[in-house]
Amino acid sequence: MTDTGRSYLHVPEPSFRPGDKPTFDEMIIPKAGAVRRPPVDVHPDDIQDLARTIIRVMSSDNEAVGEWAASLTDEDALEGLKDMMRLRTMDARLLRAQRQGKTSFYMQALGEEAVACAFQKALEPGDMNFPTYRQQGLLITSGYPMTSMMNQIFSNSQDPMKGRQLGNLYSSKEHGFFSISGNLATQFVQAVGWAMASAIEGNDRVGVGWIGDGSTAEGDFHAGLVFASTYQPPCVLNIVNNQWAISTYQGIARGNAATFASKGLAFGLPSLRVDGNDYLAVHAVAKWAIERARKRLGPTLIEYVTYREGAHSTSDDPSAYRPKDEADGWPLGDPIERLKGYLIAKGVWSEDRHAQMASQIEDEVAAAQRESEAIGTLLEGDKPGPRDMFEDVYEEMPPHLREQLAQSLKEAGEG
Amino acid sequence: MAKKTMIEAIRDAHHIAMEADEKVVVFGEDVGYFGGVFRCTAGLQEKFGKARCFDAPICEGGIVGAAIGMAAYGLRPCIEIQFADYAYPAYDQIVSEAARLRHRSGGQFTAPMVIRMPTGGGIFGGQTHSQSPEALFAHVSGLKTVIPSTPYDAKGLLLASIEDNDPVIFLEPKRLYNGPFDGEHDKSIVPWSKHDDAEVPDGHYTVPLGKAKIVREGKDVTILAYGTMVHVAKKTAEDQGIDAEVIDLRTLVPLDTETIAQSVQKTGRCVVVHEATRTCGYGAELVSIVNELCFWALEAPVERVTGWDTPYPHSQEWDYFPGPKRLGAALNQVMEA
Repeated sequence: MTDTGRSYLHVPEPSFRPGDKPTFDEMIIPKAGAVRRPPVDVHPDDIQDLARTIIRVMSSDNEAVGEWAASLTDEDALEGLKDMMRLRTMDARLLRAQRQGKTSFYMQALGEEAVACAFQKALEPGDMNFPTYRQQGLLITSGYPMTSMMNQIFSNSQDPMKGRQLGNLYSSKEHGFFSISGNLATQFVQAVGWAMASAIEGNDRVGVGWIGDGSTAEGDFHAGLVFASTYQPPCVLNIVNNQWAISTYQGIARGNAATFASKGLAFGLPSLRVDGNDYLAVHAVAKWAIERARKRLGPTLIEYVTYREGAHSTSDDPSAYRPKDEADGWPLGDPIERLKGYLIAKGVWSEDRHAQMASQIEDEVAAAQRESEAIGTLLEGDKPGPRDMFEDVYEEMPPHLREQLAQSLKEAGEG
Repeated sequence: MAKKTMIEAIRDAHHIAMEADEKVVVFGEDVGYFGGVFRCTAGLQEKFGKARCFDAPICEGGIVGAAIGMAAYGLRPCIEIQFADYAYPAYDQIVSEAARLRHRSGGQFTAPMVIRMPTGGGIFGGQTHSQSPEALFAHVSGLKTVIPSTPYDAKGLLLASIEDNDPVIFLEPKRLYNGPFDGEHDKSIVPWSKHDDAEVPDGHYTVPLGKAKIVREGKDVTILAYGTMVHVAKKTAEDQGIDAEVIDLRTLVPLDTETIAQSVQKTGRCVVVHEATRTCGYGAELVSIVNELCFWALEAPVERVTGWDTPYPHSQEWDYFPGPKRLGAALNQVMEA
């Protein structure tokens, strides 16, 4: 901006807009294995630098290197690869289903599958995620039936949420997946409260808060950090920085802070920044933070650096605000390709087996979709009725809702 | 039976609830070591330990948000917002989260919790310590909204609220904390110790949510009131020599429409009264309900007596407050119609 000698409002801009040739040359990416792994009981003041770097395990030669390597067996890493493939395949099919008018809305996790899938692998039964709408990988990894997920997407009669919630806003108490609100950031502090209850009860169950880069600007993010800092409950607070909040680039929420992870430093929280497209690194850092929580060493804040390859949702068109080929230049690569490359280099996987697995997963997901669509989709088949709308507003339906239900059933010709 | 102030009755309810159920936890601004700015939680931390009664940061959104997480875990938080006027930063957590959790999760997760907050004016608190935001909560499906008017009801309703499995907004008329207030602000305060409704039994009892109480029987006109205005209504009816039936609603949601309808069917006249601002106030809902249920029994249009549609003022407090004069004029109006 030309200096006119007058004050002006500073409004941060992304480096590239549609039509520009994107590069990520300014992003400082340490070599895999370069960042140390401190002991879990380290004092937060001694690892402040970990909030401003990127912890990485998988090298460009497809090797797992450094102190954060080897948190997983090969079998587990292979399971992780399958989880991510399942997730991507399901996302693709449901995106098509939305385009075919079978549901109103869908959000895929394309490009950031490793974050939720690897994190869930480090949790134990009894722990509780408070996810955002792009963490369906948590459910896939915990073995939640894909058909149940699709029933929710199609809001059919078998939808566990009885048709009340927009697609992607899953809930499964059994699988440690708290009901997603759809409002942003509200659940970050709820995760901290849940973990406070775990501490009050003398338990070691871990509460996990999830938030996106854009939503860290909300007051509830800071409320979560204050409560975590003050009461030191067993929780892990995850920021998924996928660079874009719908059309708004991450710099608008980050402001002049160096990184999102560094926002935890003033709260005295151990704050780590990790390569979100590196399945092994995500798992290793998650395991470190969860171990801290379980050993009563307090909360950890983690920023996952990743890239939202797809649109924000089926209602969004990213070509209007970012270069079309920006994803191709993303320097941290694709999470599935990277883990696949690592496993092949290790000799426990091959291109053939991968292709075979991809086709097997395609069949598995298609079968789940057929099963779910046979029950119903948003506008066809078996759907939840008016009664499902009135139930669960309160534990017991009060008189005014009973009256309204009767009226609604009459309108629907069921009264 | 001992007489108690409303503060002592609320404190008593806390002690009983926490003794009966170790899942009950209490927190909020200044509620721990100090026992609350109105002393409603005094002695709890000493008796039950810091893990069950503690001070919170000045962060209402965080207080309610954390309580939702705790409730989802299986605890029963009973939290204090220092003044109802401070609830707005927590409004999103109350409306979008606590109120909807059971419904949106298909019954998998619930938020059994009580959010206590002192409400109303009459204490020269100015605009940030005097508001009556009950309509903002009564408007939200999934919440129950409760307002006691006596120490006896305060204890019984609070225990019922803590034991309820849905989120309850518990509004405590702060002008009633230390004594009943009939609106005659220039006369000296009558303490609860001189009032029959201050008889509070020891031990556990509940006053059921959703049940109104006829606090004065009458034949000629029904006055629908809650909180501080219950006492103003009783006094005004007596002073005017009008045979008014005064109903203390006690719970705004769910509302006891049966008691309301029976009374108005009998009297054929009705005045609704609240301290909150007029437009879209809870009184508008009451007038609608009376019209829906009792229109053919009415002998006069239903009157509405409220605070003005201005911010709650400081020095003009008694110009704002819907005292005996404003209510008396409305009573005369319906009686003459």
